[in-house]
Amino acid sequence: MSETLRMLTLHNGGARPVQEVPTLDWQQFRSVILNSVASGAHVAAMFGHVPDGKDCVEIFAVLADRESGQIHVAKSTISENAYPSLTIDCPQVHLFEREIAEQYELLPEGHPWLKPVRFVKSHRSNHGTSKRPLIGVTDFYRVEGEEVHEVAVGPVHAGVIEPGHFRFQCHGEQVFHLEISLGYQHRGVESKLMGGPNKRTIHYMETLSGDATVGHTTAYCQSIEALAGCKVPARAQVLRGVALELERLANHTGDLGALSGDVGFLPTASYCGRLRGDFLNMTALLCGSRLGRALVRPGGIVYDLDESRAKELLNRLETTMRDVTNAVDLLWNSSSTMSRFEETGKLSLETCEQLGIVGPAARACGLECDVRNDFPAGIFRMSHIPVSTAVTGDVFARAYVRWLEIQRSADFVREQLQALVGGTIKTTLGELAGEKIVVSLVEGWRGQICHVAMTDPRGHIARYKVVDPSFYNWMGLALAMRNQQISDFPLCNKSFNLSYCGHDL
Amino acid sequence: MFGILLSRWRQGHRTISFPSGQPTLPDRFRGLPVIDQSKCPSGCRECAEVCPTDAISFDAKGLQLDLGRCIFCSDCVQACPEKAITFTPEFRLATRNREDLILNEHELRLADALDEKIRRLFGRSLKLRQVSAGGCAGCEVEVNVLSTVVFDLGRFGIQVVASPRHADGLLITGPVTQNMLLALQKTYDATPTPKIVIAVGACAISGGPYIDHPEAHNGADSVLPVDLYIPGCPPHPLTILDGLLRLLGRIEASAGHKSSK
Repeated sequence: MSETLRMLTLHNGGARPVQEVPTLDWQQFRSVILNSVASGAHVAAMFGHVPDGKDCVEIFAVLADRESGQIHVAKSTISENAYPSLTIDCPQVHLFEREIAEQYELLPEGHPWLKPVRFVKSHRSNHGTSKRPLIGVTDFYRVEGEEVHEVAVGPVHAGVIEPGHFRFQCHGEQVFHLEISLGYQHRGVESKLMGGPNKRTIHYMETLSGDATVGHTTAYCQSIEALAGCKVPARAQVLRGVALELERLANHTGDLGALSGDVGFLPTASYCGRLRGDFLNMTALLCGSRLGRALVRPGGIVYDLDESRAKELLNRLETTMRDVTNAVDLLWNSSSTMSRFEETGKLSLETCEQLGIVGPAARACGLECDVRNDFPAGIFRMSHIPVSTAVTGDVFARAYVRWLEIQRSADFVREQLQALVGGTIKTTLGELAGEKIVVSLVEGWRGQICHVAMTDPRGHIARYKVVDPSFYNWMGLALAMRNQQISDFPLCNKSFNLSYCGHDL
Repeated sequence: MFGILLSRWRQGHRTISFPSGQPTLPDRFRGLPVIDQSKCPSGCRECAEVCPTDAISFDAKGLQLDLGRCIFCSDCVQACPEKAITFTPEFRLATRNREDLILNEHELRLADALDEKIRRLFGRSLKLRQVSAGGCAGCEVEVNVLSTVVFDLGRFGIQVVASPRHADGLLITGPVTQNMLLALQKTYDATPTPKIVIAVGACAISGGPYIDHPEAHNGADSVLPVDLYIPGCPPHPLTILDGLLRLLGRIEASAGHKSSK
């Protein structure tokens, strides 16, 4: 790929000087992105940044090439208030361009779906007369015509879940289109990361998406450790990997239970609800918190796993996996459940690639993507987990991929605990280097987590970009609902199980 | 069908005996923090300086810890040169008043039951509408768990319902973001009177990690009257359950526990 020669090449969790990121004019920038994506790269992040003391915005593009395991970065400087949108030619950037428009008041000319992402004030306080937009007030898509009706749901939903607004354009039971409008969980984390790290930074990371605490803190630590040139002890890497897979086990098991509940198959729903808790309790055995709080820290981890504790964990894993297998087998053997899962909420491989979908939702369409395999870091450099895929792209495929991953994660944890590498679990971090950039990718249970950190000359955070897997995937849910029955929405929604807070930040 | 029955037998009975029996918690579980002020060297402020939510402060009476701000991260434990702070396995933490969460030399005053009149209405049947108003969805995880067979909230007559119109009160999580403010107020207004409000987690009590963010308000009681505070980040499901049962008078108000020596 000659295009990538014009970009800075990085590896997952490897820092390089910010100055090495080439500044391209918009035509060159556009062509490197389009050509890289055409040859299979994924737009992991695209974000704005105002260079210190200047009145322009730099747009950074981070392209992850799964074939080579390399990450390519380039930037372009925009000094006007508008630029020609890339979305028509590269739908993967659709939400990134909307985000940049909202945060930096840059208009992507020709964007087909330009609406607020989180309904927030612009980051450029000294720029224009930006007023705070009213949440949920935007130009919603509408289908007109006889017998067409609109169903609006949320922000407050019927279950114990996060807030979001959904609008269905329906003809009878059939959904023509679903529009998802978020931002209710926005608490302003990203702007508070500037100037850090400080005493709150790690806690912001732990609560970006509370059910993916280990995933996000690992991504953060990987980036901070790269900036400090700190080498994490092997034992800490192993235990981070174990905690990450326990997080996946808990959530995937919970999801299989919830999917069963959504079609009214109560045995698996009730068993998996309990078994998910058993996995959470295993994380608590390690660190005292069921969600993995206060475990992963820059330089290593806080709690060690002594021999008896490792043995206890192994025992619990065996009994829990036996019960999970039993509960999930019931699901596959129930023909009424299968007929509800199959052919529901289908996403084609083509749409999945165009939108840049990640995680189990992408693998269910047959896309072989998994950060643990494509951009291995930490323990995943040494120990490989096979990528789990399916082909049909429907609710069944998303459920089945989860089941495959449950088994493989359990194998991984078992293998690590049986031969736990020795040594310390923490090392001192040291000062962060100035004017560096690092991209850190982690395969969280929902999919690829991407963190990009840049430091100023004093080694403080100049820009920290967080991309939760949900940010890539929400549009996938909207498209999976097309031509479905509106009554299948809970099932389709649960099969993606996306995070609102991870999207809203 | 036979397979389903067989697995029902294999999966067994899983509901815990709480509140009649005492639960076992993991040994590393961080419950009520206890401070031994006699160990504090004069002028030492190490714990307060590292506390991410400024839950620790000093006044004339010495060190104070605000359990409503505490996210149980144990950064203070690691910073303290004299090991004066420890997190105990005590999971019972819920209170009726915000100021009861400020720990200094007296005991943590656990939640009293509702007034007799309201208790007669809600004591045996409490329907709650949950509202996530920002936050990280961690508290939602632990509230959801209460409906599993392990905790089986339904056996106490407590249920999370789909509409505020069917509810006796709100269970609020999150710091109340600016973008959720209106929706929360409308949900509260839609709940028939008399109604109660329960704030679950550090965010809903004080703003938690998002204290003083311009995009968030500092918790539920900045906009609504709160009847029960359940601290934690997130609180353990048992902490939430214990709080709910105390509010309904289903667990007798015992004389709290000593929070400071």
